[in-house]
Amino acid sequence: MTTTALTARNDAARPVGSDTVLDVDGLCVEYAGAGEPVRACTDVTFALRRGEILGIVGESGSGKSTLITALTRLQRPPAVTTAGRVLFHPQDGEEPVDLVRLTPRKLRALRWTSLSIVLQSAMDALNPVMRLGAQFVDALREHDRSMSHTAAWEEARRLLGLVGISADRARSYPHELSGGMRQRATIALALACRPELVVMDEPTTAVDVVMQRQILAQVLRLRREFGFAVVFVTHDLSLLLELADRIAVMYAGRIVELASATDVYRTPMHPYTRGLRDSFPPLHAPVTRLEGIPGSPPDLRALPSGCPFADRCPAVMERCRTELPLLEPHGGRSVACHLHDEGIRP
Amino acid sequence: MTATTGATGPAAAATGAVETSARHDRNRDRKRSGRRKGAFLARRLGFYLVAGWSAITLNFVIPRLMPGDPSAAIIDQLERVSGQALPPATLVSIQGLFGNPDDSLFEQYIAYLGQLARFDLGLSIVNFPVPVAELVAAGLPWTLLLVGTTTVLSFILGTALGVAAGWRAGSRFDAILTPLTTFLSSVPYFWVALLALWLFGFLWGWFPLSGGYDPNLVIAFEPAFIGSVLQYGILPAATIVFSAFGGWMLGMRNMTVTTVREDYVLLAQAKGLSPARVRWRYAARNAMLPQFTGFAMALGGVVGGALLTEIVFSYPGIGYLLFSALQKRDYPVMQGVFLLVTLTVLLANLIADSVYVWLDPRVREEK
Ligand SMILES: Nc1ncnc2c1ncn2[C@@H]1O[C@H](COP(=O)(O)OP(=O)(O)O)[C@@H](O)[C@H]1O
Ligand code: SF4
Ligand SMILES: [Mg+2]
Repeated sequence: MTTTALTARNDAARPVGSDTVLDVDGLCVEYAGAGEPVRACTDVTFALRRGEILGIVGESGSGKSTLITALTRLQRPPAVTTAGRVLFHPQDGEEPVDLVRLTPRKLRALRWTSLSIVLQSAMDALNPVMRLGAQFVDALREHDRSMSHTAAWEEARRLLGLVGISADRARSYPHELSGGMRQRATIALALACRPELVVMDEPTTAVDVVMQRQILAQVLRLRREFGFAVVFVTHDLSLLLELADRIAVMYAGRIVELASATDVYRTPMHPYTRGLRDSFPPLHAPVTRLEGIPGSPPDLRALPSGCPFADRCPAVMERCRTELPLLEPHGGRSVACHLHDEGIRP
Repeated sequence: MTATTGATGPAAAATGAVETSARHDRNRDRKRSGRRKGAFLARRLGFYLVAGWSAITLNFVIPRLMPGDPSAAIIDQLERVSGQALPPATLVSIQGLFGNPDDSLFEQYIAYLGQLARFDLGLSIVNFPVPVAELVAAGLPWTLLLVGTTTVLSFILGTALGVAAGWRAGSRFDAILTPLTTFLSSVPYFWVALLALWLFGFLWGWFPLSGGYDPNLVIAFEPAFIGSVLQYGILPAATIVFSAFGGWMLGMRNMTVTTVREDYVLLAQAKGLSPARVRWRYAARNAMLPQFTGFAMALGGVVGGALLTEIVFSYPGIGYLLFSALQKRDYPVMQGVFLLVTLTVLLANLIADSVYVWLDPRVREEK
């Protein structure tokens, strides 16, 4: 977004460790049903470093939620993971585990202590008939059987304090809190068992802009404090430019570009990424250019054999119609576009 | 709550701003919530008081709207049945309930309320001179026992099966049980009861054909009598549960199917909670809320008795009492039973409302 924001991110948000926490390889997810399956995620591959914030951006319907529910094994029928693996590397140097194939018992032990999630609508994500604190307490005590009831409530109040919610709010019911408070509470909840990875699905969509900025600031601060890695999903690229270390751009179920936030902002390589970047006005410049991306994404039941973006691409070439561009490395970043094939320059 | 500053600065500033406004709102919110809850209950209580008063007053007005002089008709009939003149106290009681053309309406109304306060519901015509209150008091325990127990049992059974079916909608359990239950609960109760009576009572002789206990035994709280009550009660009880659990099950199944898709159930799973806790504390607990209203209604209906059950099995409860009264035009009994049923339905609803407020914190917010 602004250069100041970008600089701040680069100074403050350096990854805590350099080793990998999550290794996603060739993940495919389909919605099975009558007729052709909906191929909501195809061949998704990326790695996440410890303490890194990876942003995933894409239009609504591009498969972001499908991807992260598959990553966390929270998907429900008719969604099925048809291929790929999700290797999780526990901190204590144990063997990595494949979340796709892990037994339910082992997975349950891993949940919240290693891997937690923040959902889009905090109103819907909190149990309306349970006090806020009780929804922390059950998670805390599930994973630490030795923790007393009193200690768990104390911990719940402390966690709420982390996101600026006063301790006595723990006794409130979700509907008694404002939208912003609820959303911050679900972030505090996600941190309850000190996970190494927190997955966030559009956590700021349901709140106003001021609250959105507070939440982002808190995520950055907490990440600095606790060192967890974040997969942050949103349809708003401008938000990721401030928050994320790296950004993956999704289109029609595929990652079409994966690069550092700075690179995505300064030198987007994929025409779709460029379109996304240009569709919001720079804050400190006069609004001279404001381009949306005309057209709509392809039907995921009947994907074209070539580039899925071809119908909307301003730079479409002949081979784009027939040959699917794959995500290829390109000097520390990756892009899936024929413009960047060997020998062709944009 | 809204943020008071446009915190664009570092996170610490954002947190500070939020904390201040949170503290600011906190006390006000708490007070408001407590007051809302009180106001809600007071409003409901007011409503039920008015409804109860209306029921009692209607019970006073209706006989007086009847053409002719219902008191005189009843007194006539009683004197014919008993073959003697009625004692003056009885005359006063009947006129208090059914109208005395010599008194002003207001005087009559006051006298009527006084009688009700003393549980004086008049005398039965058929069982002259047994007071109606006594007949009702004799039938009530039987009905409460039979219909009360089976209502609770059907609710528990149906709800548990509904959660199981809805939790895994489309599983084999659901695919078999749900259509079967839909079919079974569409069979008219009358048939079920008659078939059961014919099969298990008449043909195979496993259970007695009619009554609530062995008439050769003395009514007493001792093993032989309790055993006989169970023996007589099982068949009617089974037919009620058989016919009633399906409705609870289907309702609970559908609510569970919807609730299981909620984000808070997903989040509970993501937290790694045990499947049982996710299912009961998160899914079923919420899915049960609408179910509960129906349950309260059913409990309110308990006193009215399962009319058909008590008729088919000649079970000595309120329903059977009403049935005999209807057959023999025993107006005082009919009126007494109707008044009792109306008031208990209202009472059950009042209790349901109060408990609902406690079960669902959001209800306190509603207008
Ligand atoms: N339950 C479902 N059944 C069939 N298709 C689905 C289902 N849920 C999502 N989809 C399809 O999968 C695609 C990706 O959806 P989603 O992951 O929710 O996208 P996003 O989160 O990026 O908006 C969409 O095209 C949507 O139509
Ligand atoms: S591959 Fe072709 S159609 Fe696809 S984005 Fe690149 S240039 Fe456009
Ligand atoms: Mg989504």
